[in-house]
Amino acid sequence: MFPYEKYLRLDKFPHIWCTGCGCGIIMKAMLRAIEHSKIPKDSIALVSGIGCSSRTPGYVDFNTLHTTHGRAIAFATGLKLAKPELKIIVVSGDGDATAIGGNHFIHAARRNIDMTVIIYNNYIYGMTGGQASPTTPLGKKASTAPYGSIEPTFDISGLAIAAGATFVARSTCYHAVQIDKFIQKGLLKKGFSLIEVLSPCPIYYARPNREGTSVDMLRWYKENSIPIEVARKMSDTEKERKIITGILHNIERAEFCEEYRKLVKRVSKN
Amino acid sequence: MLGVLDWIHFMAIIKSMAVKIRKFKVDINNIWCKSCEICVAFCPKNVLAMENGKPKVINPDACTGCQLCEIYCPDFALKVIKLEDAENK
Amino acid sequence: MQKINRQDAKLMTGNEACAEAAIVAGMRFFAGYPITPSSEIAEVLSRRLPQEKGVFIQMEDELASMAAIIAASLTGVKSMTATSGPGFSLMQENIGYASMAEVPCVIVSVQRGGPSTGLPTLPSQADVMQSRWGTHGDHPIIVVTPSTVRETFDWTIKAFNFAERFRVPVVVLLDEIIAHITEKIIFPKEEEIKIIERKRTKETPETYLPYKYTDSDIPLFADFGSGYRYNVTGLSHDETGFPTNDPKKIDNLYRRLNQKIERYKNEIIEFKTEFLEDAEICVVAYGSSARSTYRAIRQTREAGIKVGIFQIFTIWPFPYEELAKVSHHIKKFIVPEMNLGQIAHEVSCATRCDVIKVNRVDGGLITPDEILERIKHVSV
Repeated sequence: MFPYEKYLRLDKFPHIWCTGCGCGIIMKAMLRAIEHSKIPKDSIALVSGIGCSSRTPGYVDFNTLHTTHGRAIAFATGLKLAKPELKIIVVSGDGDATAIGGNHFIHAARRNIDMTVIIYNNYIYGMTGGQASPTTPLGKKASTAPYGSIEPTFDISGLAIAAGATFVARSTCYHAVQIDKFIQKGLLKKGFSLIEVLSPCPIYYARPNREGTSVDMLRWYKENSIPIEVARKMSDTEKERKIITGILHNIERAEFCEEYRKLVKRVSKN
Repeated sequence: MLGVLDWIHFMAIIKSMAVKIRKFKVDINNIWCKSCEICVAFCPKNVLAMENGKPKVINPDACTGCQLCEIYCPDFALKVIKLEDAENK
Repeated sequence: MQKINRQDAKLMTGNEACAEAAIVAGMRFFAGYPITPSSEIAEVLSRRLPQEKGVFIQMEDELASMAAIIAASLTGVKSMTATSGPGFSLMQENIGYASMAEVPCVIVSVQRGGPSTGLPTLPSQADVMQSRWGTHGDHPIIVVTPSTVRETFDWTIKAFNFAERFRVPVVVLLDEIIAHITEKIIFPKEEEIKIIERKRTKETPETYLPYKYTDSDIPLFADFGSGYRYNVTGLSHDETGFPTNDPKKIDNLYRRLNQKIERYKNEIIEFKTEFLEDAEICVVAYGSSARSTYRAIRQTREAGIKVGIFQIFTIWPFPYEELAKVSHHIKKFIVPEMNLGQIAHEVSCATRCDVIKVNRVDGGLITPDEILERIKHVSV
């Protein structure tokens, strides 16, 4: 029923993502959010880094910028400052955004520069063949953690909140209907908005860790996630190892381009 | 005055008539579909089932047009079409 | 454009002249990160750009700065960053992206002692090979090497003109001496300054292809986000701007990208010669080594030794043919540089004569006497 074709570069299909990969589900949610927020295609700039999720721009009919690994948000900062009327959306993976790209992620959040960052968190580096990422859970296997990862993981949403992001929401590919609501809120909010979406990687995460198919992973998300409203009333032990979904943070703070515009007004000649 | 039996009989006819006015159609593009089976697994009315590696509509009348299959399909391979739209398209 | 009073002579450092020149050239987006000895460029621009309604931002690192200026340039604004060796190293991957995606931008790199932290406050010329080959892959890039404050002003403007004309990253390669020396600078008159803007497409968005073939080898630009929805990527791509694995298109892309410089070399390469007509010895110099060389050859000329100078302003593309042409009557080349002979090597590729290196890597500027002494030693 939904007019996805209106937004797709149809000649690029079928896309390259593996069977059951969550990238397509999130891309769809993004398109619904854009449609509902009535943002014209010409004013959307979709910026991505390197990785599975970062192939999204190639498939959609916006101003699309596929940059270098981890640097999408840094490119996006330049884009937004140079052309503030552009609506900036960044799509990035858990590795792209918080491993190699972590520095740009926290600084853009600190500046509260107006962009909507969608992170496809599939717990692994998919494109390069299943290496461990900053969100590969403890004990889980990856091609570079054959004995199980011994590294504690990032709470990506928590990281964004701590760095200063003014809108942070988390969802999963099981809650596909909910994702576009959060993206839409992010789009319409002035400031650094993060939407973290847990996404199944059936080939490189689920299979080595015997977590079943994409269907099984979506069910796992359902059984292991709690909306924040409920989680607030639960004890830590009850919430332990659960995925807290919903709008985790939503505050107002000065937006960077706006502040820069004021500064120019104050000091510029004539 | 209608007897109880007549009433049951009457309701059966209405129900069968309702079933005939099918409101939705599910279109599947088998070239783009990569057989992840998510649509089959999450359709609340079991409208779909896998048949030699691809999802197939096996129970069209049960479809309520909830569009979950379309929302979930990662391959953009599945479309739920409102039949009135289909007619006047 | 804010009027600098053209006629006044001003006392200025190289860094300040570089910043002002960029504004004159039309640069309205700077992203940078503090690093000795180039921070003053950022400091000047942090004050001046807001006055000119331009954008100044100090990013979280040099890498992000390079990313930001590429994205900004895509929207149509002239953009620049400034750094030194360590930061220049961090920028290399994205400089490669600018080469691949053909995004005009200027990178000022003020050389200091290296490698690593090296000699932050002392000069060197040891990044000259990095400026050409710092990023991976065959890629087009232009590197200019002024040697005075006024030349820095002129060559920063020319750097933007090259970037705009050829849609390539252009490096203005200074060193700590030029950056920090205060010299009297007499600005060129307004009408003497030539400013070039990138050529825009005349096609409609429906038919526009970001990398469509043009017989100039330089694609026509469309401001990103101005009604032309197109794709830009660092992956090898075809004329549509989308990735391709078609060998023919890939071959075409890489050859065209590099041809952009090779083909227009004669309109890029610039050098200055003095006393070369009857010289037997030619001193090839660039950057601040050229300053000492001019003094040295004047002194040796007085001593009756026939020596001349070949000063290179555009170190890359290197003037091989031009050097070969001058060397018919030259017996020996002397190449003074504050590294262990990086450009001396290139000179030896350009001529069959002996190439004598005068190298200094202790953080000090090569003095005229050192060059003078070597000339005498060689001319015997």
